[in-house]
Amino acid sequence: MGESFAAVMPANAYNWIAVWRRNFLAWKKVALASILGNLADPITNLFGLGFGLGLIVGRVEGTSYIAFLAAGMVATSAMTSATFETMYAAFARMDAKRTWEAILSTQLTLGDIVLGELVWAASKSVLAGTAIWIVAATLGYASWPSILYAMPAIALTGLVFASLAMVVISLAPSYDYFVFYQTLVLTPMVFLCGAVFPTSQLPGSFQHFAGLLPLAHSVDLIRPAMLERGADSVALHVGALCVYAVLPFFASTALFRRRLLR
Amino acid sequence: MSTVAIDLAGVKKSFGDKVIVNELSFSVARGECFGLLGPNGAGKSTIARMLLGMISPDAGKITVLNEPVPSRARVARVRIGVVPQFDNLEREFTVRENLLVFGRYFGMSARKIEAVAPSLLEFARLESNADTRVAELSGGMKRRLTLARALINDPHLLVMDEPTTGLDPHARHLIWERLRVLLARGKTILLTTHFMEEAERLCDRLCVLEGGRKIAEGKPDGLIDEHIGCNVVEIYGDDPHQLCELIRPHARHIEVSGETLFCYTPYPDQVRVKLRGRAGLRILQRPPNLEDVFLRLTGREMEK
Repeated sequence: MGESFAAVMPANAYNWIAVWRRNFLAWKKVALASILGNLADPITNLFGLGFGLGLIVGRVEGTSYIAFLAAGMVATSAMTSATFETMYAAFARMDAKRTWEAILSTQLTLGDIVLGELVWAASKSVLAGTAIWIVAATLGYASWPSILYAMPAIALTGLVFASLAMVVISLAPSYDYFVFYQTLVLTPMVFLCGAVFPTSQLPGSFQHFAGLLPLAHSVDLIRPAMLERGADSVALHVGALCVYAVLPFFASTALFRRRLLR
Repeated sequence: MSTVAIDLAGVKKSFGDKVIVNELSFSVARGECFGLLGPNGAGKSTIARMLLGMISPDAGKITVLNEPVPSRARVARVRIGVVPQFDNLEREFTVRENLLVFGRYFGMSARKIEAVAPSLLEFARLESNADTRVAELSGGMKRRLTLARALINDPHLLVMDEPTTGLDPHARHLIWERLRVLLARGKTILLTTHFMEEAERLCDRLCVLEGGRKIAEGKPDGLIDEHIGCNVVEIYGDDPHQLCELIRPHARHIEVSGETLFCYTPYPDQVRVKLRGRAGLRILQRPPNLEDVFLRLTGREMEK
């Protein structure tokens, strides 16, 4: 078991790049539509909630509501773009399109493929998160240099949610099951993790629970960066996100092995 | 370098209670074209996938290009080209992009891939389609592209799972002709098929499978001589059991499958004489083939 599990792990540090480049080539052909599709939703939320609700809410944690929300939308869009890329596009490559099957007949391992897919999904998160950050910075809700701190946090957020979604697709018999993960896990997380309102508004026990969720750690890294405040417990947040990225990677690779290599 | 490309010894595989491969042993020499022939469900695809390390056997030993499989399948796959049963080309990519992307999976540089692509495209007769999207190619062209793609790493061994299933006769003949060119270049080919004609035309040796078991192994004409060794008269158009009694004295062996009667006989003329005057009969006399071998061994026709 141990030996055969080692055989599906990434064979080396660079094999995954070929998978990433395959996805990049496919994406280039539909880049414009993909970017617009990824941005429309978070930007609508940002302006709709930010301006509309912002009028009623007034200032939150010492800043305008839209500036508060902008960081939440950056984190949320990183989360959703990595999740959707993995749940729909990677699932199709694994299942109906048989792309993974083709790759498995070359010198790449299952681990190489999963790693390439994760980094690719994280790349799409960086694109989506950064685009919203640019909108926010242009409107003066984030400082330009803050991207230096925000970008690594966005990328890590993408890796985490790609990795978690990988576990979902390794178990899901078909697309129909993804909706449970969306509605029962992701949507509550947006409201529990301080993306749209401060977690201090939650009942005490919820606050403790929310503190364990990956999106909360992302928000706690990205918001202080965008608002140019010192972030607390950076090592804790980064460490927690790393655990959320790495453990599901091993779990999903093991599950894919059971599913694809019997 | 060993002269054996593939060696299976006592390989078993079950999924749940279902035995898919049962105590299978065979060996393929380098430069040989070896066929796994059998109906759907005989275990052919499972065996092909086992050779690539995609399915692990429950028992037995597999060696491919001197590497133990599945433990070192990844190393073996560097020198294997695969033509899978179902197309898994990149539909949205052009022909050329498919080769580029696939070459990168073998760690090849863009320059190296560009250097070999023209000869692969020429081999696959796709020179004029290099910039066509795969979604726009015909079935035969897709298969040829899959074949070209399988050659990008200059493999010693090609594993082909039903390479011509679903193709029209013209496209099939073109693939066969291309495969003979590869054999002439010294490549080893393992192919699975349920086309007797394909097996007879291409394979130096083959193994006939049923229900995961090997029921015969040898050269195609050797198997035909050994198991049939005489002419065949196919008769249909009347109650086969009644006809059976009529011609039995002149037959070495008779098989009935559906409404067709297969009469194996060294004396076809005497059989024809017996049947003379019976209206509505269709009689076809032909040399024996692997289809007859399969029918003789299993008592049933191979589904087409």
